[in-house]
Amino acid sequence: MTAAPAFERLDLGAEPVERLLPRLLGTSWNDQLARYGSLPSLRGQADALRSLLSRSGLTGRGGAGFPTGAKLEAVARRGGAVVVANGVEGEPASAKDKMLLARNPHLVLDGVLVAMEAVGAKEGFVTLAADDERSFVRLESALAERRRETPSILLARLPTGFVSGEESALVSWLNGSEAKPTFKPPRPFERGMNGRPTLVQNVETLANLALLARYGAEWFREVGTPDEPGSVLATVRGAVRRPAVVEVELGTPLDAVIDLCGGLSGPAQAVLVGGYFGTWIRARDLDVPLSQAGLAHVGGSLGARTIVVLPEGACGLAETTRIIRYLAGESAGQCGPCFFGLPALADAFERLARGGVEMQPALARIGQLERQLARRGACSHPDGTLRLAASALAVFADEVERHRVGACSGSAR
Amino acid sequence: MSPRHLRVNPILCDAYGHCAELAPELVELDEWGYPILREGSVPKEHLAAARRAVAACPRLALLLERRRDG
Amino acid sequence: MNVLVTSKAIWYVMRGSGIVSLLLLTVVAGLGIATNKRWAPRRMPRFVTAGLHRSLALLSVLFVSLHVLTAVFDPYAVVGVAAIFVPFVAGRSPFAVGLGALSVDLVIALIATSLVRTRLSPRLWRGVHWLAYAAWPLALVHGLGVGTDKGTFWFQAVAVSCVAGVLALGAWRLRGRAPGLKRLEPHATPRLERA
Repeated sequence: MTAAPAFERLDLGAEPVERLLPRLLGTSWNDQLARYGSLPSLRGQADALRSLLSRSGLTGRGGAGFPTGAKLEAVARRGGAVVVANGVEGEPASAKDKMLLARNPHLVLDGVLVAMEAVGAKEGFVTLAADDERSFVRLESALAERRRETPSILLARLPTGFVSGEESALVSWLNGSEAKPTFKPPRPFERGMNGRPTLVQNVETLANLALLARYGAEWFREVGTPDEPGSVLATVRGAVRRPAVVEVELGTPLDAVIDLCGGLSGPAQAVLVGGYFGTWIRARDLDVPLSQAGLAHVGGSLGARTIVVLPEGACGLAETTRIIRYLAGESAGQCGPCFFGLPALADAFERLARGGVEMQPALARIGQLERQLARRGACSHPDGTLRLAASALAVFADEVERHRVGACSGSAR
Repeated sequence: MSPRHLRVNPILCDAYGHCAELAPELVELDEWGYPILREGSVPKEHLAAARRAVAACPRLALLLERRRDG
Repeated sequence: MNVLVTSKAIWYVMRGSGIVSLLLLTVVAGLGIATNKRWAPRRMPRFVTAGLHRSLALLSVLFVSLHVLTAVFDPYAVVGVAAIFVPFVAGRSPFAVGLGALSVDLVIALIATSLVRTRLSPRLWRGVHWLAYAAWPLALVHGLGVGTDKGTFWFQAVAVSCVAGVLALGAWRLRGRAPGLKRLEPHATPRLERA
């Protein structure tokens, strides 16, 4: 991606959630301290911090949603840890991490310091995509402002790509190899950078750590749902009036999130939630809460909380085909089934999108590929793509029938 | 003896296919020549074949692991 | 008289085992390349090619051992035990013998790393295995340099066939990769720009 699009920060009618992206925040460290107060002393607080995190119910904000407290415990237990902040954001539809780093880099750096203390790490890294110049410049100047406090936090830039932000790909790069996923076990928390237990956390998760260290678990749980507390950043784009990155409590209905962006720009057909590895949600289900539990009801999952609205008049199958073709090209190329199977899946979807007599064999081919690709890669790239494909076939089943008779909802084919 | 499971390292695997030749009851090849492993633990009568397949892999991509779940 | 007969016998065995070693190593190299190319004789499974490669490699160790041991025991060859492994210390024809010693060292490295392959990093094993392409020419030049048969027609014929064979196999190996993976160029696909 080139420079992050200029998303607006919008005026909110209802009680705004302004934990991670407060409206009036200047960009210097002093502005940061004025808004949040200083970080409490962390020395000797490792056990207390980890117990705080477990009580908070914070889960990873990068897409996998793993309980953060448990992850920290697993790393701390092993000793000799390293902390890696994942700011790569390889998902093209997502802009939340770039927004967070542009607007609130100090909160992320605070989070790295908290994590380092909590797991007993002496080194911290913030990783970025190589073409994310803006975040790099912001972080560099933020680090320069507090050099004395953060001598052991370094920035690392990774080759831009969809899989670069995968946990083991990050670690592989930091170990001097390619930014491609590795075979598991071992997972980074067991043996990662230089063979040490490595805590990899999304920058948004770490920003939440910085808030938790200041304000505590009870404060954290004041928003969100009892099972899924806290606030999240979501990227909203597509057929909405004002595409933006917004901060909302977990459990906010999807249509309310869309309203924060000026509402729909026209009647919606479906929404892709969770990024390219996410699932399509039907327009009639737009009142579903933005939470793991809520989305599970409609066969979806939070993921990295990208919300892309597909309007009426667009073809869901064509859109899905484009995404699958992109994902096929972004395969790391290490595992045969993924490297050969995803382009084959894209070909089959293209036949589906073209419609007519090729439909039935294309559908059969897709079924065959699903059986051959599931869990046969070193990472979840093929599985995520299959999830998207299956969800498209379910949600756009009507469209499939239209294509069979040579029709299509899309105004342009 | 605890159950053994076959697992392939898909990054190392380069579709030589020797595993499927030596242990056809345990390994099938997909349309591109990569191994699809039979689910579950390796039955006792096929353990020897599994070991031969693991030893024969030119990339050492096939592993025989001890796992508690059957 | 007996000593003379014995030493003549040793000498013949030394030369003979040397030539057999060279032939075997040529075949082993060929089978290694064939394994990489996923080739097998018609209607035979491919693991046979790999298995033969390994078996003949071990067999060649026997013949190479026979060759170097008889060289040590041959009173005319003036090759001490050290000269088997350490290049260029032999009393006679140190250079040619030394090339043989280098070749022996590489063959030992190849066999040893392959026997403990599961304990080594794949990169290390692979690196040493590529040295096979060095071991073979060293053995050949050694044979041409030191052999008292080098002038004879049949030895030259053997040498030429081996060279021709290895050149052809090398060309086969270098011409395109075996069916398997190409590494994708980063961003072979256009980046998806979204509104």
